[in-house]
Amino acid sequence: MQNSWTIARREFRHYFVSPIAYAVAIFLFVVLGILFYVNVSFGMATGQIPPDGRVVMGPMVTLLLLTVPFLTMRLIAEEAGSGTIELLLTAPIRDWELVLGKWLGAIGFIGLLLAITWIYPIVLHRMTTPGIDQGVLLVAYLGLLLMMSSIVAIGVMVSAFFRNSLAAGFATLTVILILWVIGGLASGYGGANEVLRYLSFGDHLFDNLFQGVLDLSDVLYYGSLTVLSLFVASQVVESHRWR
Amino acid sequence: MIRTVGLTKYYGVHPAIQGLTFEAAPREILGFLGPNGAGKTTTMRILAGFMPPSEGRAEVAGFDVVDQSLEVRRRVGYLPETVPLYPDLSVTEYLGYMGSLRRVGNLDQRIDEVLEEVGLTERSESYIGNLSKGLRQRLGLAQALLHKPQVLILDEPTIGLDPAQIIDVRRLIQELGKERTVMLSTHILSEAQQLCDRVLIINKGSIVAEDTPANLQAQLAGAEQLIVRVSGADGALAQAIGRIPGVAKVTQDPGAGELRVETSPGHDVRAQLARTVVEEGYDLLELRPAGLSLESIFLQLTKEGLPVGGRD
Repeated sequence: MQNSWTIARREFRHYFVSPIAYAVAIFLFVVLGILFYVNVSFGMATGQIPPDGRVVMGPMVTLLLLTVPFLTMRLIAEEAGSGTIELLLTAPIRDWELVLGKWLGAIGFIGLLLAITWIYPIVLHRMTTPGIDQGVLLVAYLGLLLMMSSIVAIGVMVSAFFRNSLAAGFATLTVILILWVIGGLASGYGGANEVLRYLSFGDHLFDNLFQGVLDLSDVLYYGSLTVLSLFVASQVVESHRWR
Repeated sequence: MIRTVGLTKYYGVHPAIQGLTFEAAPREILGFLGPNGAGKTTTMRILAGFMPPSEGRAEVAGFDVVDQSLEVRRRVGYLPETVPLYPDLSVTEYLGYMGSLRRVGNLDQRIDEVLEEVGLTERSESYIGNLSKGLRQRLGLAQALLHKPQVLILDEPTIGLDPAQIIDVRRLIQELGKERTVMLSTHILSEAQQLCDRVLIINKGSIVAEDTPANLQAQLAGAEQLIVRVSGADGALAQAIGRIPGVAKVTQDPGAGELRVETSPGHDVRAQLARTVVEEGYDLLELRPAGLSLESIFLQLTKEGLPVGGRD
């Protein structure tokens, strides 16, 4: 576990020298800022300021879905491509410790980005009376973090399959989009409905967590998706030894 | 310290190495010599715990490389052929990272020691991306030494270095071999000759010869050869030398003014040879034995042509 922390620290720090991480962060904050400004000024013009933090979080989910794959793409693919994985795999660390460390480092950085976006709800809170519901906001952020943890885990897993970071990025994006639209398919089919709806990535967030409802099944969904992805990732890392 | 039995590795159906059995004693510098693609890297990767063998067993420091891989990896320092490093880290940061993963005690102090050892102290704050190939190689070596491993596995440690750096690195390896087992691969024969206590010659995934560099030379040398350098050597002199009892063959190298004299086993013709040269009216400039170089042994053993391929 100590090894995972060591790797996590390295990955977390790496984001601060990574141009892609800065590009993603700037993109996220600028677009969120614009959307926030448009929403709030529209609300003020029509005399209705949107009442809660979801005005920020709705678009944020979409933005994160599109950008997080580019934060996770290099995690293992780059090590495999540049050959540094050889020294990691000959160091006395277990494959799962490597995978866990990668995941921790990335979720740490994305957690930091999420924490920074909290500034918009705070502004909104100040502008409105009696303010916005902090409980709902907190659960919604928790939901977002849970969702991100599974996205990052999927990113780590997909990255383990590739030697090229960009390929890993787009493949991760594809996997996430498939999970995202599965919910849409659910409405059309009879028997598989419930299963598909449970598998859907967005429904857990929007139906419950965004409404301030903390349901165990949603936590389990994102949690098990994370664990499963990390498990597969460590198997794939192990397979590097057989190639 | 290292022991392998029937080590075999397939990539697909193609065997990269086949039935390698060898040992390395504590504090021995074992050279692994072979043409590119012979299976050197594959063998070293197996011993370093990077990949398991398809068949056979390997033990390092008494631990099995498959069943006790972590124990093996704790005790091995490994320098891969192309030293893979993180360009965004400084030298110290990189060693700090690898040292933490290896749980090196007193890490800061140990980093200073290792940097001193490989001669990188002055570049400790440089970013790896700005280091020359030679300096990266040294950093790779520093990384391999950081945890004071019992066994060092160095894959082509001098490749891509300039002559001065090569001398430095060789000196360092010799120094390191006094305290630990070193296994190094190379396709530079003089390097193996100079550095190694024992040499394994590997070709197409199999060991074709194994001995000390001196014994290998002795085994394969057969008849002795002498190099004679004479001012104005010509055909007449060659014929005169050819008449000396015990001389089997004389070949002339006109460019260098040298004659290569092969003698029959058991004959020492040097005194008679010197006299003959002088009596024939030539000036003798040099007379020396020409040992069969490891190079020719190597070519002899691996002359069947290039290996079938595969990763090396």
